[in-house]
Amino acid sequence: MQNYRQMWQELGLNLDAHNNLMQTLAEFYSSIYLSQKNRPRAMQYFDFVISEVHGLRIQELQEAKTRGKRIIGTFCVFVPEELILAADAVCIGLCAGAEARFDLAEQYLPKTTCGLIKSFFGFKLAKLCPYTNSCDLVVGETTCDGKKKAYELFNEIQPVHIMEVPQTKSQAAKLLFHQEIKRFQKRLEKLTEVEITAQRLNDAVKVVNNKRHALNRLNALRSAEIPPISGLDALLINQIAFYDDPIRFTEAVNKLCDELEERVKNQQGITDKKPIRILMSGCPMAIPNWKIPFIVEGTGAVIVGEESCVGVRNTRNTVQEDINDLEELLAAITDRYFQIDCATFTPNQERLQHIMEMTESLKADGVIHYAIQFCQPYTIESKRVEDALAKKGIPLLRLETDYSMQDVEALKTRIEAFKEVITP
Amino acid sequence: MKIAGLDVGSRAIKLVLLEDGILISCHEMITGFDYVTSVKQLLEILRPDRTMLTGYGRHILSSSLDFPNITEIKAHARGVHHLYPEARSILDIGGQDTKAIGLTPNGTVQNFVMNNRCAAGTGRFLEVMANSLQCSLDELNKLAMTGSNHFTINSTCTVFAETEVISLKAQGAAPQDVARAVFTSVAQSAASLLHRLPIVPPLCFCGGVARNQHLVQELERILGMEVLVPKQPEFTGALGAALLAVT
Repeated sequence: MQNYRQMWQELGLNLDAHNNLMQTLAEFYSSIYLSQKNRPRAMQYFDFVISEVHGLRIQELQEAKTRGKRIIGTFCVFVPEELILAADAVCIGLCAGAEARFDLAEQYLPKTTCGLIKSFFGFKLAKLCPYTNSCDLVVGETTCDGKKKAYELFNEIQPVHIMEVPQTKSQAAKLLFHQEIKRFQKRLEKLTEVEITAQRLNDAVKVVNNKRHALNRLNALRSAEIPPISGLDALLINQIAFYDDPIRFTEAVNKLCDELEERVKNQQGITDKKPIRILMSGCPMAIPNWKIPFIVEGTGAVIVGEESCVGVRNTRNTVQEDINDLEELLAAITDRYFQIDCATFTPNQERLQHIMEMTESLKADGVIHYAIQFCQPYTIESKRVEDALAKKGIPLLRLETDYSMQDVEALKTRIEAFKEVITP
Repeated sequence: MKIAGLDVGSRAIKLVLLEDGILISCHEMITGFDYVTSVKQLLEILRPDRTMLTGYGRHILSSSLDFPNITEIKAHARGVHHLYPEARSILDIGGQDTKAIGLTPNGTVQNFVMNNRCAAGTGRFLEVMANSLQCSLDELNKLAMTGSNHFTINSTCTVFAETEVISLKAQGAAPQDVARAVFTSVAQSAASLLHRLPIVPPLCFCGGVARNQHLVQELERILGMEVLVPKQPEFTGALGAALLAVT
């Protein structure tokens, strides 16, 4: 621990506050995660990664920096990881899921800003995030109004490169997004002094695709009658996907999937009987935002999928591989990222369609639509999701909440009543 | 056999006692800090053979007393179905939250909608408003009966709504008119919650707030339908819990 202390100090963290945070996280993790029954053995790797979330992984980043690598922090699945890897840099997802010093964040932001935005401000201002402080460049994007305007303020604290993400899927919008990808490529090349060649980019595409394949394999296994893994654990893996080394992570997920395949074959899983199956849909749940899955699975239901950025929205589409031409590769990247069905797009019919497909393939009994309080795009779109599901006779529960624990009992009532609706 | 249904609400605890399916007695007490002890004392006197818990505090009592529990949504549905088998929608306004429940023709829960993390439109809201008009809830009701609809309260937040009431007072508005505006705003927020179900008549209004006669009238006016109110509207959850303990 001593060497971490020095590292944290050098990264400019507030050591006392950070110690408290780490202690709280450890207790939280132990009561939510380690108390689960029938966990797969291969979860040990992910338990270890979490236990070293601000330790070993941060040390690896510092070592990478001394080898000349740059660290790029992102907030959104629209930022192409492939380009970052092709520039020989490390990609880290910075989205934050805890109520960290919102009082400080609210010196910059209105109270009615969503928790995710307040969280990354709070972490930065309270000197609690070694990831943000390790970054050579932070990449923002123009998805929702809250983030877009918040980055203007964040830029005064730490420089942010803004990628313009359009709001429709028109040809003109796609062209604009393609230009933004190329502008990002140039910015990375300037920062890293590494030329992104077709060869380098194609290699990076394979690395990221393999990660997506592994996560999609994991997600598909959850369609088993008795799910071989809890929704909490699956969410955790999707969260870790944003900051772990991609190759090592992919191996660990595939190893876990081997074990899960065995379990499914032997009709073993996390429950004895067939459980009520819930699909989560909506806003991303960044670490350590485990509140709703913890309540849902505490009632005996099992979450079988995450229709979310920390979930399949991040993994389901892949980039075409083995293209030799750089321009064509960049076009393939644009194609892939432009398929993302984020609620900031209008109209967003693809998302409704995809929720239907997931409900069917995962045999979900009901859908819980999760929106972070004050997130307009997802909160408003939840009505369309509800209507689309109602046509198929699938019940939906709309939840809107923040990162605090004050509404746990109220959420419990809604979730238990939702279960009673599914099985009267 | 004596069966108790115990509804542990955020503001009050309600108990309904059935003996061989017949209602024997109803009991109510304020939810204090040490409500577990109070409940235990009450149960020692009543000595039910079986108890079913519901309401906000059901989990805490469930773990200390080892009784089964159900949500208040299911409990209200069962209680209302017993009193009004024809009811297809329920409005329950309690101390801290508001629920709209859609029922199947068989009386089971089809869907439900609840207000989000805010006391606006709840019993607590009425208390705060009565307080800022320096009267009791009963007096607020009586005032509203004679008020006219000159004013509206637009805020969907208890704190902001109180500010509106204070500024209406400062403008010299008659207390009757302000009282009426308070009930109209509660009825309107309840109606919009009900429309999200969507509402199917007949509608039953339960929970302690249903005792406010003026509110019932406002609701009937806004919804354009008759509203059924049980004689003891605060006990439907406890009644439902007791009935579900039987089966």
